[in-house]
Amino acid sequence: MHSQILKFSNSKIMDLEKFVQYVHEENKVEPKDIMPDDYRKLLVRQISQHAHSEIVGMLPEANWISRAPSLRRKMALLAKVQDEAGHGLYLYAATETLGNGTIRADRDATYEDMLEGKAKYSSIFNYPTLSWADIGAIGWLVDGAAIMNQVMLMGNSYGPYSRAMVRICKEESFHQRQGYEILMALCRGTKQQKEMAQAALDRFWWPALMMFGPNDDSSPNSKISMNYRVKRESNDSLRQRFIDVTVSQAEFLGLTIPDKDLKWNEERGHYDFGELPWDEFMTILKGNGPCNKKRLQTKVKAQQENLWVKEAAAAFAEKQQKEVI
Amino acid sequence: MANLDMWEVFIQTKPGLSHKHAGTVQAPTAEMALQNARDVYTRRKEGTCVWVVPSKYIVSSEGMDQESFFDPADDKLYRHPTFYDIPNDVKNM
Repeated sequence: MHSQILKFSNSKIMDLEKFVQYVHEENKVEPKDIMPDDYRKLLVRQISQHAHSEIVGMLPEANWISRAPSLRRKMALLAKVQDEAGHGLYLYAATETLGNGTIRADRDATYEDMLEGKAKYSSIFNYPTLSWADIGAIGWLVDGAAIMNQVMLMGNSYGPYSRAMVRICKEESFHQRQGYEILMALCRGTKQQKEMAQAALDRFWWPALMMFGPNDDSSPNSKISMNYRVKRESNDSLRQRFIDVTVSQAEFLGLTIPDKDLKWNEERGHYDFGELPWDEFMTILKGNGPCNKKRLQTKVKAQQENLWVKEAAAAFAEKQQKEVI
Repeated sequence: MANLDMWEVFIQTKPGLSHKHAGTVQAPTAEMALQNARDVYTRRKEGTCVWVVPSKYIVSSEGMDQESFFDPADDKLYRHPTFYDIPNDVKNM
């Protein structure tokens, strides 16, 4: 016998207490359900920025497709970058379910916000990819961190976002394995190849850790998000878990993590680690990272130069309609 | 430029199974919607058949007064096999 789902709205009036109780009992909210305004706004912002991250995230990796060292590597990288486009799509589709009379959540509107710099994407994608080894580091560390975050988000309270996460997580694990395999090949190769791999780790380690966001005590939005069961685990907790699982992966490669304070703490049962370079993080958030401007310029240019595709498709559809009549 | 038409995508993973909702695509014609759906949702041989339906034709019970819409079924326990008390001695039932 199915259990009675607790109703959280009586005749179209939002009952906040009942809504919070509803999500605390692990129930899913669906698009047509009545929801608090701040829940809707929080989700439109988070899901669309997640989508922007997938799309902009294609750029640093697409950069190396033409210079992949073998056909196998090229096919794998192409497939990964294509996947990211698809992930962006799932997330824009999830965002759109939240549009109502007062909030615009369609993909054109949210995408425009990104192009105009009003909406953010994950800070990690404002770093350049300087060598082939960077592609390996990104797959291993950046996708690794994303997987951890996305597995957590699979349990979030908003149905469409939760389902998109399940789909994305299934596809994401090939991304991490692809990156790690690249580094394995480099670390087993020549001295220069191993040095290139180490240099990539040196450059991406701290930025990857900062993907989990600020420390919990510097993250005021986290509390609201956790109460609405959108966020399920704190930034610091995720970051600690990521470090704990990644250290042995680095040891297997024979690489050194660039943190002199990294040390196993038997008492805590976790690795102790050094202070994160938060100044660098803030610089990037403010738009002054190494690639912020370049990323936006590239996306604006792509939009302008390729609008004709959409226009042609729409014109073709119209022509077809006329012929039918 | 306005958004193109929205379509809901349903995938049948294997012949004999039902189509399951997979997500949405935007496209101006049915043929392009089908191709886009295949490109996005069957990259790993997830399906033997794809359906696309314009989103505007989906009629949903969601958001209606859920309780009263499904109310008639709630107290009809006699529709479930467990309602009926058959001794264990009786086999194949």
